[in-house]
Amino acid sequence: MSDELLRVGKLGKRFGGFVALDNVSLTVRAGERLGLIGPNGSGKTTLINCITGALFNDQGTIHFDGRDVTLLPPFQRARAGMARTFQIPRPFRSMTVLENLQVPLEYAARGPSGRRAVDEALEVLEVIGLRERAQEDSARLTQIDMRKLELARAMAAKPRLLISDEAMAGLSSNEVDDVLGILRRLNDTGITIIMIEHIMHAVMRFSERVICLDAGQIICEGTPQSIVQDAGVQRAYLGA
Amino acid sequence: MFSADLLANAVVSGILLGGFYAAVTIGLAIVFGQLDIVNIAHPAFIIVGAYVAYILNSHFGLDPVLVGIVAAPVFFFAGALIYRVYFFAFERTGQESLSGLAFFFGLMFIIEVVLILIYGVDYRLVQADYIGQTWRVGFVDFPLRMLVPFAVSLALTVAIHAYMSRTFIGRAIQAVAQDRVALQLMGADPVRIKQWAFGLGIATAAIAGSLLIVIGPVEPSVGRQYIGRVFAIVVLGGMGSIQGMFIAALILGVVESMVSTFAGPSWSPAVAFGVLALTLALRPAGLFGRQ
Amino acid sequence: MKPVAFWGALAAVLAAGLALTSVVANEYYYNALYVILQATMMAVAWNILGGFTGYVNFGSAGFFAIGAYTTVALNKALGLPLPLLILAGGAVGGLVGLGLGYLTLRLKGVYFAIATLAMAIVVETLVNNWSYVGGAKGSYMLTPEKHLWFDSYIQMLFVVMLLLTLSAVAVSRALSSSRLGRGLAAIRDDEVAAECAGVPTLRLKLVSTTVMGAMMGIAGAPFPYFVTYVEPGSAFSLFIAVNAIAMPMIGGTAHWLGPVIGALLVGTTQEIVKVTVSSEMNVLIVGVMLVVFITLAPQGIVGVARKYLRRRAA
Repeated sequence: MSDELLRVGKLGKRFGGFVALDNVSLTVRAGERLGLIGPNGSGKTTLINCITGALFNDQGTIHFDGRDVTLLPPFQRARAGMARTFQIPRPFRSMTVLENLQVPLEYAARGPSGRRAVDEALEVLEVIGLRERAQEDSARLTQIDMRKLELARAMAAKPRLLISDEAMAGLSSNEVDDVLGILRRLNDTGITIIMIEHIMHAVMRFSERVICLDAGQIICEGTPQSIVQDAGVQRAYLGA
Repeated sequence: MFSADLLANAVVSGILLGGFYAAVTIGLAIVFGQLDIVNIAHPAFIIVGAYVAYILNSHFGLDPVLVGIVAAPVFFFAGALIYRVYFFAFERTGQESLSGLAFFFGLMFIIEVVLILIYGVDYRLVQADYIGQTWRVGFVDFPLRMLVPFAVSLALTVAIHAYMSRTFIGRAIQAVAQDRVALQLMGADPVRIKQWAFGLGIATAAIAGSLLIVIGPVEPSVGRQYIGRVFAIVVLGGMGSIQGMFIAALILGVVESMVSTFAGPSWSPAVAFGVLALTLALRPAGLFGRQ
Repeated sequence: MKPVAFWGALAAVLAAGLALTSVVANEYYYNALYVILQATMMAVAWNILGGFTGYVNFGSAGFFAIGAYTTVALNKALGLPLPLLILAGGAVGGLVGLGLGYLTLRLKGVYFAIATLAMAIVVETLVNNWSYVGGAKGSYMLTPEKHLWFDSYIQMLFVVMLLLTLSAVAVSRALSSSRLGRGLAAIRDDEVAAECAGVPTLRLKLVSTTVMGAMMGIAGAPFPYFVTYVEPGSAFSLFIAVNAIAMPMIGGTAHWLGPVIGALLVGTTQEIVKVTVSSEMNVLIVGVMLVVFITLAPQGIVGVARKYLRRRAA
């Protein structure tokens, strides 16, 4: 039990009459690389919104590191070690790239302020390949650089669990490889990673375990190889 | 001090007042309730409507309510024009929440000061045969200066409700706020729909203004007292619900009339905000609101 | 701006203000300067919530009047000296800001804006019905005999207001470049992303409304001594609320210098127009300037200047 980092129990979420999540349960081990797949509208983003607290779930519980976080506001979950990227980038538009990273460094990671925070932010930017853009206005970045900034900002929170919500959409295959490499190295340092992705070969290559959602329910779970062969997954994706 | 006829008169005059509040609010129920545009200058446009009625009534002796109805198309075009500016300057660039709010605040202020510069701060009133008359049923008074606005307001509410639910444009206006996909399927351009709806909202201000000056004399800063009332009514009624708005208007009218009768008229400005604060604290979706 | 330059500039302004009192005797100038300083302080206060945090306050006049009427009430009840009255005005204004924020900041920003308007009218209704502080008729304030080493009471009030305004500017600048300021800016840019980056948004918004309310209360506290006759119409004047919004919007809301520049520009224009044209015209000018600026230059003077500098640098 001690290496269990996240446990989601019987999670339910409705929007009006629409059931977005129905009785979803899953656990994630510390240090695991979990892939989350499913067709559009299957509830993947709603699930991470509930996990990180951007939405409150109607039913069920969320435990993080043995602690019940179901009712905690998002900022406390961030401080407990959850970080995420947004599918559509949401940079702090009035700030420079560097300042964007100072916010999670100073708040989520409760790191040092001032000079040392700047140094740490620059290190993260170096890793992600945005170092030379540090002083630019984040609102003026290209879409691709904004995706990188999303990931950099999540890394700057020094999380124990990093949830990447389609961080690779629109990237070239070289850039996908770069991002996979970065996530892999983060994972090597002990950070647990949940990856939501439409680029199937990337998820399959990266994940140790894959969960497939459809219409708000988990329809199957297993190793990448077993998922590819699963009839239910094929039906969900091919719409048979 | 408490007596049955005092209570009955307070309730009746509250209902008449509340009915009139519906006319004042209905434009904002469209603009704020449906389009999410926080036009805090709406009461200022109503004051402009009241002054138009005053000018044409005092110069040509025209019936104020008739003036309001005739002036409505002009207000419609002015509203459409203002929406254009609002769209290009704020909505398109995503600056509604700060600059957009300040824009309407500035407009409200300009309208008030221009009216003061031209007409001063004296109270203005209109002449019409029915204004001084009162019908009496038992011990309850029905002053026509209240009854006429009530009737016109009721007609206006019914007409707008029918327009919103029965016509293509009306349904498109409702879709603009709630269901972008449906709007696209209808093949409607959201900006033009919003422009039309905003124009419609301002057009009602012409009629509401004429009713306001039938009820009592008007001076430029009277509009400010209505900011709290109109927002309280829209929020209490539930954003986007015309029936809810009408019922909320009646509730506010009755509560205000009671407070004014039993605690004194100087307390009535605070009633609307009390209602607003309670609604926001207890039931932010309002009585009949969409979520 | 470098810290040395900033503190040097503040000291220079204070020294100039003190020097003025030993050179110029004409009371008109102190009256005019007091009005400009008071507006500057209100603009700086408004900007802490409006500019830094992104929440619009329409009820500035309410907070201002709370400060003013705290002075009226405590002066009548206890006869406190001015410094304590200023502190009290700040405390009450801050508490009202905190309470209002607590009630409405969970809701959408729009409702906060409407609630501030509501607060101003509710407080005005209370004051109108509260005969102890003069009710709707208003009340006279006796100008104290003592005015330190200054030649007149208005000179002393001017210096007090100068000190208060400079302190407000210093607080605003310290806030904007701090960890707290970055948290507020994150809230303004994207509240959900801010929460997910670990920013306690509700707590920071409450800090922001409290500081704003306190600053406005402080700005209003000496007002009864300045006008010597306070009535609700002048203390709750819409003009105060419009100026508090217009000045930062015109100067630029994102930078601490914006409201100061806006207030000095608009405030000086107003004082000149008041003398040369009429006071109604002076009121109209603010409204027109506000609408023109936010429509054509939403980033304000500071924003335009920055864009120009950046283009020259590039």
